[in-house]
Amino acid sequence: MSTDELRETVVLKGIGVSPGIVCGKAYVLSRQEVRVPQYVLSTAALVPDEIERFHAALNASEKELAEIKETIKDLEGIGPMFIDINIMLLRDAAFVGKTEAKIREKHINAEWALNKTVEEYRQIFEGMADEYLKGRFKDVEDVAHRILRNLSGKKHEKISDISDEVIIIAKDLSPADTAQMSEETILGFAIDMGGKTSHTAIIAKSIEIPAVVGLERITAEIGTNDTIIVDGNSGVVIVNPSPDILKRYQEKKRHYVACEEDLLSTAHLPATTKDDYSITMGANIEFIEEIPSAVTHGASGVGLYRTEFIYVNKERLPTEEEHFSNYRKVIEGQGIEWATIRTFDFGGDKFMSDPRLAEEINPAMGLRAIRLCLREVELFRVQLKAILRASVHGKTGIMFPMISGVGELRAAKKIVDDVKRELLSEGVPISEDIEIGIMIEVPSAVMMAESLAREVDFFSIGTNDLIQYALAIDRVNERVTYLYRPLHPAILKLIKNVVDAGHSAGIKVTMCGEMAGDPMCTMVLLGFELDGLSMTPLAIPRVKRIIRESTLQESRKLLEEVMTFSQASDVEAYVETYMRKRFPEYLQGNND
Amino acid sequence: MKIAETVTLKNELGLHARAAAKIVKVSDKYQSRVVIERDGMQADGSSILDILILACPKGSSLTIRADGADAEHAIDELRELIDNKFGEM
Repeated sequence: MSTDELRETVVLKGIGVSPGIVCGKAYVLSRQEVRVPQYVLSTAALVPDEIERFHAALNASEKELAEIKETIKDLEGIGPMFIDINIMLLRDAAFVGKTEAKIREKHINAEWALNKTVEEYRQIFEGMADEYLKGRFKDVEDVAHRILRNLSGKKHEKISDISDEVIIIAKDLSPADTAQMSEETILGFAIDMGGKTSHTAIIAKSIEIPAVVGLERITAEIGTNDTIIVDGNSGVVIVNPSPDILKRYQEKKRHYVACEEDLLSTAHLPATTKDDYSITMGANIEFIEEIPSAVTHGASGVGLYRTEFIYVNKERLPTEEEHFSNYRKVIEGQGIEWATIRTFDFGGDKFMSDPRLAEEINPAMGLRAIRLCLREVELFRVQLKAILRASVHGKTGIMFPMISGVGELRAAKKIVDDVKRELLSEGVPISEDIEIGIMIEVPSAVMMAESLAREVDFFSIGTNDLIQYALAIDRVNERVTYLYRPLHPAILKLIKNVVDAGHSAGIKVTMCGEMAGDPMCTMVLLGFELDGLSMTPLAIPRVKRIIRESTLQESRKLLEEVMTFSQASDVEAYVETYMRKRFPEYLQGNND
Repeated sequence: MKIAETVTLKNELGLHARAAAKIVKVSDKYQSRVVIERDGMQADGSSILDILILACPKGSSLTIRADGADAEHAIDELRELIDNKFGEM
């Protein structure tokens, strides 16, 4: 009997953020544990050598950072600025000088001297009043850690260097880490931190590798080379599976893959129920590169084009031409019949590429999205100009995020009208049937939906924020993710209000949050008679298949039934049981 | 040549990491020694840590000093950077 078979099987539940099932060897990225020897140099004559050793480690660290910067610079949105900051810290004259002085004066080794310097900075940073600046100490620590590791002669585990097929296990991954993953070697990942809408999750989805986040203690339960199953559909991770489980999961995986191929083969068919109720199927994208995948997965258009990546990590603001070229590519994308562009929605987890930098700025309810646009009007105008100019290349919708009432909507529309007039007076052509709509994601907008509906062409329900605001959950705080429940009766009521208000005003009501792509919710959403859904491309084939195999009538009945429940758990249990029974072949991956 | 000029921080976040990094980048371009001063505390314009430790929120009044042959240009560029809110929105 090998030792492997003696290992205990551990099952952990996290949040599946990128679908697919994968079995393989774990590769634990350990970046925190470097043993630090501390000693006094045996003779003062060793001081120059020790300083040289310190400088060699600085050089090696800078080289590593420069290499990481190289590998990520191509991916739009993950700019190199935070790596520059790390390099500056590494080369900081005060930081280096203090460490050298300690080696020279106290005759201690470089590690010890460095740790002392870091301690001094810890004291200074901890004394700061500003929470954001206080948090910058983490950057100092990261850099020091890198230097210490180089002093110890150990190599940095760079994800792009991994050549075996492995599943990455880590406490946390920065978007830069995720961006370095290649499909050939990285089968998937499972990490302790993170939530469903974290930046890392979004990237995992776009490179199509299974991923589970928010596992809290996966790093404590697993070692490199342990066998692991990552089920990105259900969020289940199994460490050292017994042969039985392994077999079952391999079967499941085959099913999933087969099902995927089967689903893909019909993905282009319309999203029409058996009783002839049709809805539009859009894709949520943020990179132009996602368009082909959106089309092959069955999207007829882009229901949500996130424009934040055009701004993020640029040294300067993007020009109108940069905006325009992006929008044009989306609007006239091959196979894309229509595109809805969301004006920028800066803030929160999208603000910076480094999650540690982002956590200090808490703008979920701050000055972001439309609020910022109405304050920094020039910025907004540049974006609007570009969208309006691009509109002649195909059917275009403009969508304002985070509208909380009629006042904001009117102010935003007025700016659109002004920009339009200006362009027309300059002789710039603009499409005549641009639709203007709003995201419904602030509870006050739900309450005001009737008034809002009179002034727009469409509503698009953004469930991620709507759920977060309505249920008062900080969606990046993993301690409360259990409260994030799309099928909460309160959420169902909010959606119903929005659909009713929109439809009585004769406008389209669609949904573009994560909920739209959850196959478990598909029939419930159909029951509301939404006019369209927009979701991550990979989710489309399954949702479409469910729509094609259901009827509006039964969906209405299901919704009616669950709307009588008063507890989230009752709704969930009912819907899950119903859907599993109704679509065993499409939903088997979601739980066990 | 020694030049000093007092400016006010207008960007939302004050002298945060990216803004500090931009100051370092500009300071490093010039031969002149650049010093940033706030409430009697001095930071080396080439040290991101020094600048962060100044802990300047929005609205802080800073004195930038440059000492060297190209001091005038250094001050001009730093003033512009700060006036443009470090390119933030």
